[in-house]
Amino acid sequence: MIAIIDYDAGNIKSLQFALDKLKVESVLTKDPATIKNASSIILPGVGAFKDAITSLNKLGMTEIIREEVANGKPILGICLGMQLFYETSYEDGEWKGIGLLKGSVNRIPDIVKVPHMGWNTLQRHQESPLFQNISDDPFVYFVHSYAIGGPYEKETLVSSSEYGMTVPAIVQKGNVTGMQFHPEKSGDVGLQLLKNYREMIS
Amino acid sequence: MLAKRIIPCLDVDKGRVVKGKKFKDIQDVADPVELAKRYNDAGADELVFYDITASNEERNIFLDVVEKVAREISIPFAVGGGIRSIDDINSVLRSGAEKVSINSAAISNPELISEAATKFGSQCIVLSIDAKETDSGKWEVVINGGRKYTGIDAIEWAKKGEKLGAGEIVINAIDTDGEKSGYHLELTKAIADAVNIPIVASGGAGTLEHFSTVLKEANADAALAASVFHYGEIPIPELKAYLEKENIIVRR
Repeated sequence: MIAIIDYDAGNIKSLQFALDKLKVESVLTKDPATIKNASSIILPGVGAFKDAITSLNKLGMTEIIREEVANGKPILGICLGMQLFYETSYEDGEWKGIGLLKGSVNRIPDIVKVPHMGWNTLQRHQESPLFQNISDDPFVYFVHSYAIGGPYEKETLVSSSEYGMTVPAIVQKGNVTGMQFHPEKSGDVGLQLLKNYREMIS
Repeated sequence: MLAKRIIPCLDVDKGRVVKGKKFKDIQDVADPVELAKRYNDAGADELVFYDITASNEERNIFLDVVEKVAREISIPFAVGGGIRSIDDINSVLRSGAEKVSINSAAISNPELISEAATKFGSQCIVLSIDAKETDSGKWEVVINGGRKYTGIDAIEWAKKGEKLGAGEIVINAIDTDGEKSGYHLELTKAIADAVNIPIVASGGAGTLEHFSTVLKEANADAALAASVFHYGEIPIPELKAYLEKENIIVRR
């Protein structure tokens, strides 16, 4: 059972429907016991960093996530969920994140249209079981105005996309995985990535 | 590289997809969930659903359609029509839509855009602009399906929409809508050059060339169309193959 953390983060239905399609059991929850008993965690998210981290802190989720990750439980952050893994975000101010990964969240440079919205290709930086049955340069769906930047651990970069900068698209460090795009909205490629993730952690 | 997007638009009335010429003489086309699935499989990059009745009792039928669509397809889609409040936005996002398209309500209440962008994020707030050319050669924003002039300049409104926090603009040229004589290139380009958010061109698609022209020459990031797709006049795989040959990056 995957625990999808519920903190009123907008459209979670698409993610649940995608997991249903893959016949993966999931539950949308803010109950600490359910999260502790789950085999893995997904931190979804759309919207503003400030609201998200405030909400997670208020629900006590930040602490639970740190504990569960320290205990070795796999966690997947999607879009804003991935950004929340980092130390700091500079979205409308300066906000402290969960701090599972080193680095910061910065605005995409205005040399391109922001938000980065639409289908972009993934470049690989290292081999990963996530790429099982995935073609070279697959298109996935992005929609975000901020991206991981500043000094981050380059060895965590599994895949990136080019959009005014090198946008970290898949990051991984031990049991922590992040996807900046929306696999649940990325057609067959996205579903395959979620399936590969599921197999990678089981 | 970021791909240009092809977006079929589905007008939904009482749970069915309809298509009218210049919003009048509406004809029944198909079941929205079936059609959405077909477009998903054909390689559409995104879909837009407009609730064209938007009366209260029919609202629930529409939200039910939205949720069914979200369950069936794995590409993003936007929902518009009758969006007047934060609650309206919340209910369509909660039903599984990625984006909400706001049109008339933003004219009388521009703060709806900024409030929604703060609460849900700019990425899901689309400002939809219907524009008509005036005698003085400018473009004026019209509402209520093109029946009412607002006195607002379309380009100024686009800039304001971006400032308020819209994450994308759909520019619909009422003059070319349903005519199949091509997108309004001048208007689309003027809007695209005025803002730094993605632009979706709408209204007038009739041939393969119309798509490539608006994507190449008018700086549009996406092209929206309805009847050429609904009636099978332009199959999406064929359109994408054509655009690729024209050196436009598309998702294949």
